[in-house]
Amino acid sequence: MDKTQNNRAWVMVLPVLFLVAFSAVIPLMTVVNYAFNDTFGNNIFFWVGIEWFEEMLDSDRMWEALQRQLIFSGVILAIEVPLGIAVALAMPKKGVWASLCLVLMALPLLIPWNVVGTIWQVFARIDIGLLGATLGSMGIDFNLGQNSTAAWVTVVMMDVWHWTSLVVLLAYAGLQSIPDAYYQAAKIDQASRFAVFRYVELPKLKGVLLIAILLRFMDSFMIYTEPFVVTGGGPGSATTFLSIDLVKMALGQFDLGPAAAFSIMYFLVILLVSWAFYTIMVNLDREERSE
Amino acid sequence: MARIQLSDLAHSYLPKPGGEDDFALKTINLTWDDGGAYALLGASGCGKSTLLNIISGLVHPTRGKILFDEDDMTAAPTTARNIAQVFQFPVVYDTMTVRDNLAFPLRNRGMPAAYIKDRVQQIAEMIGMDAQLSRKARGLTADEKQKISLGRGMVREDVNAILFDEPLTVIDPHMKWELRTQLKQLHREFGHTMIYVTHDQTEALTFADKVVVMHDGRVVQLGTPDELFQRPGHTFVGYFIGSPGMNLLEASVQGDTAQVAGNAVPLGGTYAAMSGRTQIGIRPEYVSFTDDQGGVPVTITRIEDVGRHRIVRADLAGTQINAVLPERMPLPADANRVVFAPEQIGVFEDDWRVDPAEGGTL
Repeated sequence: MDKTQNNRAWVMVLPVLFLVAFSAVIPLMTVVNYAFNDTFGNNIFFWVGIEWFEEMLDSDRMWEALQRQLIFSGVILAIEVPLGIAVALAMPKKGVWASLCLVLMALPLLIPWNVVGTIWQVFARIDIGLLGATLGSMGIDFNLGQNSTAAWVTVVMMDVWHWTSLVVLLAYAGLQSIPDAYYQAAKIDQASRFAVFRYVELPKLKGVLLIAILLRFMDSFMIYTEPFVVTGGGPGSATTFLSIDLVKMALGQFDLGPAAAFSIMYFLVILLVSWAFYTIMVNLDREERSE
Repeated sequence: MARIQLSDLAHSYLPKPGGEDDFALKTINLTWDDGGAYALLGASGCGKSTLLNIISGLVHPTRGKILFDEDDMTAAPTTARNIAQVFQFPVVYDTMTVRDNLAFPLRNRGMPAAYIKDRVQQIAEMIGMDAQLSRKARGLTADEKQKISLGRGMVREDVNAILFDEPLTVIDPHMKWELRTQLKQLHREFGHTMIYVTHDQTEALTFADKVVVMHDGRVVQLGTPDELFQRPGHTFVGYFIGSPGMNLLEASVQGDTAQVAGNAVPLGGTYAAMSGRTQIGIRPEYVSFTDDQGGVPVTITRIEDVGRHRIVRADLAGTQINAVLPERMPLPADANRVVFAPEQIGVFEDDWRVDPAEGGTL
């Protein structure tokens, strides 16, 4: 059959083009525009080249925020991934209890970010918060506003509470897909519990764990609402992560030029990491399919 | 190395089994002698795999006991039983090399490295994988993987028994023959107790010294291949073993004569009176055509030439009956009566074989 050529068909693409333009392309280009221009008001802009980028790369402030950000993402990954696997391994495999566990696990994931922030803010308060007041009565100073260790512990615990479930659910799904025969063969081979984990479960979990790590890394790398609600980035700038710093710079100080340059670099880092994960996963898939 | 004894064993997959129908394995009493090569033969779903999994401890029986020599192992976990088992579908540890796969059971037992190295080499040569020892197990073909599974099953020298659960299903026919021969040779060499589950009678009869036939959750007969052929203890054995299987005809037996569809058939012995459903069974090899007035009238429906012999299919008063004609033996043109060799006729009451009260060679 001959294909009909009708260029009017392009009209059908217009709504999508329109949507994408307004939701992504135009805002992004505005940011790009700010990153290469400066203004003294009156909507008059002049070209500054890569000056804003140079300024940001020279600024200790951005490097410190990036360092805090990397430590934060590293810490929560180091806690959430092993903990998530451990919880998934401990969950019942079938029956009513399995369903109940799954529902309980999914609950934190359904709570909006700012609500999670508020819960932990209240929880950690030294006057009325269960955690803060209890620790206070034991003689430990747990003042979020003054003690940066307390602020960090709270923010990390909050993220672990909110997001470990995601790793649990992914790992649980991965574990469920392992055929019984593998466990039976391992029993026959007299493998220890650790050997079963190391040689049967972990290899089969590799794919889902990569996804879990990617999702948790990206999410934690872009975290804003929860620490903003709990600590506001403080005390000082102890919990000022990249996006909190970015918002402070763009909206607090109205330094749109540096903030735009910052955003673009932030975006490129995220893109780079996502690409790296994607490549690893695709290669892994190919390896498995060649079996 | 141990004699494995199953006493009053029964298993149901239901949490609260009621009647007998709920049981996948009905009461089983069986002893596997140390060093025997057994085949466990039966149709799919008759409980063969369940029985195997109970011996290896993957399944715990609802009732009854498992003894290894004198030790009660009923509650012992799989790892404590030291039993090797090879499953129907290959299980390999993907991330390990072929060598590590084969060494895995030995390492788990903490064997010395030098011993492991020699033993793995030996097993690899036996399964024909010694050239691929350093390869990752991922990416091997299904039959290569199954060979590794077989190798892992045989790598331990001190196992109490090696259980094979239809292990050659995924292997191609040529390799099947070779591996089976190797298993047999291995058995002769090391004298492990081997239990080989299959639904293929050729496989069972060529591998085993003793065959256990299972039917509907029961062990219906344990015997040498010859015994199963000559003296099937149950109609299922008669029907399942042999190609084609035993002819079974509804009959009434009185003394040394059976009445089949109004015709008298002489038997090899004298039988006591029977109350249940009575059948006589005769192997197709012992059915011959006659043109005199003796015998039982039949209508020939089809003749199949299968090479070495011909199979004549005929209708005897509504029941299909098969006869095997040796090569080159002519079939009379108007053949319409068959006679059965009296000594080869078995009498079954409610499916179980009945021995003659007196006389007879069977």
